[in-house]
Amino acid sequence: MLRLPQFEVATPSTVREAIELYTSVEGALIVAGGTDLVPNMKHELFTPPLVVSLANIASLRGIARIDKGWLSIGAMTTLADVATSDLVTAQAPALAQATGLVAGPQLRAMGTLGGNVLLDTRCQWYNQTYFWRQALGFCLKKDGSKCHVVEGGSKCVAAASNDSAPALMTLGAILVFEGPAGRRSVPIDDLWLADGIVNKRLEPGEILVEIQIPPTAPGHRGAYGKLRERGSIDFPLLGVAVALDVDNKSKIERADVVLTALQARPLRIKRAHETLVGHEVGTSECATAIEVTAELAHKQCHPMPNILGDHDWRREMVTVYVRRTLKAAIDRSGPVHHV
Amino acid sequence: MHLAFGDVDAAAQSADLVIEDDYSFHGTTHTPIEPHCAIGQYSADGVLTVWSSTQITHYVHRALARVLELQPAKIRVIQPCLGGAFGGKSDPFSLEFCVAKLAMVTRRPVKMLWTREEVFYAHRGRHPMQLHYRTSASKDGRVSGVDAKILIDGGSYSSFGLVTTYYAGQLLTGPYDFPSYRFDSTRVFTNKPPCGPKRGHGSVQPRFAFEVQLDQIAERLGLDPIEIRRKNFQGENTKTVNGQRITSNGFAQCLNEVERASDWKARRGKLPHGRGLGVAGSMYISGTNYPVYPNKMPQAGVQLKVDRSGLVTVFTGGNDIGQGSNSVVCYIVAEELGIPVDCVRVVAADTDLCPVDLGAYSSRVTFMVGNATIDAARKLRRLVVTAVAEHWNVAEQRVRMIEGVVVDLEDVTKSLPYVEAFHLAEEKFDTLGSTGSYNTPTLGGDYRGGTIGASPAYSFTAHVVEVDVDEETGRIRIEKVWIAHDCGRALNPMLVAGQMEGSAYMGAAEALMEEHDINRFGLHRGPSLLDYRIPTSVDTPELAALIVESLDPEGPYGAKEAGEGPLHPVLPAISNAVFDAVGVRLKHLPFTPARVLAELRAANSTETQAVSAHRGRN
Repeated sequence: MLRLPQFEVATPSTVREAIELYTSVEGALIVAGGTDLVPNMKHELFTPPLVVSLANIASLRGIARIDKGWLSIGAMTTLADVATSDLVTAQAPALAQATGLVAGPQLRAMGTLGGNVLLDTRCQWYNQTYFWRQALGFCLKKDGSKCHVVEGGSKCVAAASNDSAPALMTLGAILVFEGPAGRRSVPIDDLWLADGIVNKRLEPGEILVEIQIPPTAPGHRGAYGKLRERGSIDFPLLGVAVALDVDNKSKIERADVVLTALQARPLRIKRAHETLVGHEVGTSECATAIEVTAELAHKQCHPMPNILGDHDWRREMVTVYVRRTLKAAIDRSGPVHHV
Repeated sequence: MHLAFGDVDAAAQSADLVIEDDYSFHGTTHTPIEPHCAIGQYSADGVLTVWSSTQITHYVHRALARVLELQPAKIRVIQPCLGGAFGGKSDPFSLEFCVAKLAMVTRRPVKMLWTREEVFYAHRGRHPMQLHYRTSASKDGRVSGVDAKILIDGGSYSSFGLVTTYYAGQLLTGPYDFPSYRFDSTRVFTNKPPCGPKRGHGSVQPRFAFEVQLDQIAERLGLDPIEIRRKNFQGENTKTVNGQRITSNGFAQCLNEVERASDWKARRGKLPHGRGLGVAGSMYISGTNYPVYPNKMPQAGVQLKVDRSGLVTVFTGGNDIGQGSNSVVCYIVAEELGIPVDCVRVVAADTDLCPVDLGAYSSRVTFMVGNATIDAARKLRRLVVTAVAEHWNVAEQRVRMIEGVVVDLEDVTKSLPYVEAFHLAEEKFDTLGSTGSYNTPTLGGDYRGGTIGASPAYSFTAHVVEVDVDEETGRIRIEKVWIAHDCGRALNPMLVAGQMEGSAYMGAAEALMEEHDINRFGLHRGPSLLDYRIPTSVDTPELAALIVESLDPEGPYGAKEAGEGPLHPVLPAISNAVFDAVGVRLKHLPFTPARVLAELRAANSTETQAVSAHRGRN
């Protein structure tokens, strides 16, 4: 049995208290559902002296409609609750589908949306025990200086592996943080850094408290496609989120395609919108535009051996999964998943 | 090992068709959900007790004595309930010696539980193999010769590698009859976790290669894949080319069952592109007549003890590793003595209390411990019957133990509760009990290695697998596996079906998902249950267990093994089904989507070239 290192746990009941505890001890960490942090602590990727649990802060849980059609999801809402929420399914289908495909049922019952947004990046040379990493000579991301994905590489390319992030990006979600300096709202697009070591821009002492989703167009259609080995448990080998707004003449008026599990940050497909916009769904022109978008994605995406498995095959799957996820959005038949 | 039977080169020269090809198996591990664990305790009077998650108590006992230089009589080894073994807990392991020595030094109980990562390094899993097969056949599909070269990657230690190297060749000679056979198998050491026995020890990889090759022959000759297997069926009460005795053999019925259940005739070769059916067969041993250390004592011993309450306690060295062998022992005693099953209790796998059994490996427990149990129970029954016959003053053959009573068959008004009958026997004879044992008859070919793979009975299996191939992703989805297995007689049909389904599940996982591999730094690529992927419930296909009972003449009530044989055919049957679905021959395991997609591409480009060459001629 792999043991956890020694650490203290605090269970505050307000966000204020949590921030105070979090900032009071050097190296303290926040834990939400623990499904990412606890295994990472067992691997000694993190050895915090204090872990501040948000589990007792009731105000951080729940899904509600707020003013002007915005949806508010508390950061501590479980992935299972997000995936099965009628409000989310109606307004943000890609998010409901993506959260429903995170890990497996037990982990979704513990894991939270906030935790998934802030998931640590993953790499085959990093998500291993201390014993294993020591035998390797460690890596750029933790305890070492060499990258084993890109030989001679000076930049960490561990993969963003959170299914919820690309879906939230296609929805234009806003993240609300609370910190010592008060509340701060950030569009999720602005969160990311292209650095696998820490791929998120956070201020010291900040805690993610809420995820807000703007109202979607009446003809909004969304879908999520997830490539993984097994039908459950596994992190994505590739994730594709799609948002399409279709007007009352069945024409695409807005399109967005964001991929994950390729590099340190989720990746938006350039020119997806201009390629797809104006096409009437169901027509052969639209089908051609989907093919073109899938090819654009293939050109833009270069999966690396940061994740175990054949990265050339993952690149080929970019084309297939972008095409299938676009079609699933149009047909409202998502998610795209092999089981 | 190099063994040759008949003239395989002459067979190739005179054959209508010779198929020669390369195949490979990549290496997989057992993945028991419970990691290995051991506890050591050293008593003030100098007795060392080791509780271990072993599947072979007796060998651990011997190894502890030898390595720690202790008198065997001062050591007690106990196997508690296990969370899975599958062959991976057959070797004596470092933690057993460590807890023993530490307990002796500290005089305190010592426990060691491996991490998942350590289980991956201890390994003893299925050997990677490079296999080259050349099979000769006549144009009507009769196989005349099989010539095999097998290179085995053993990892860093021997384990049972000598047996693996023999089994890789010796266990191919059924259920088909071929007059000439040669194999050349070599196991090499490499700087990797050691390989060893895993469910279907040594024979899963060669079986894969041969059953795919047999399909290639059928394809070339335009024969139905089930038909070619029927045509080469060896039959019952025969001898294999390498001198093994075959008695009961239900393989033909296994083929009939999977053919019927899968609606093969109406559907094979006729399903929409992307969907296909494949078949494969196999044979496996029900124990071997070759103990790991040569001796003439029984291979399985059982002792019965009767309490005045009517409880019968069975002491057996047999290791129940989840396959349910303790319950089988229970049914047998209840059956023989005609007493309720809940009046039989089993004490197993404790070297202080139980007679020696050689352990849970080579699918020997039901067959050998079962026969030993019948022997002991019948001896005990004879005592009871004698005592009751004398009490009633009737002939012994009139006295029957059945349904909890002892009755006079010719005068059913004479009846005694079995507990009273036990008391009569105790009064007449002595403290009531009995012992029983089993030893194999002399078996095997008359040559060096001829006893390895010699078994008192062989089980036979046929699978039909239905697959769906996604040609864009290369992903194979198994829709259903029909598993027909000749287990002789199903002593508990639910346990037998469980073994059949579990075997097919495990083999399918090895074919599609599992990869026990080392990266470019010599490190295990992912020693965790996240990175070493075994199927979850949603990844598991529908499994249909079709039990075939051939009633073996020497098995307990006709029973043979069911725990390992049903694994073999699923790997080649998947490959053969993929050929039916998309026309691509998968000869190298595992069938990852990336590899399947590459094969599909290669086939398409060959096809395109062939078409353009054809057009060029016109």
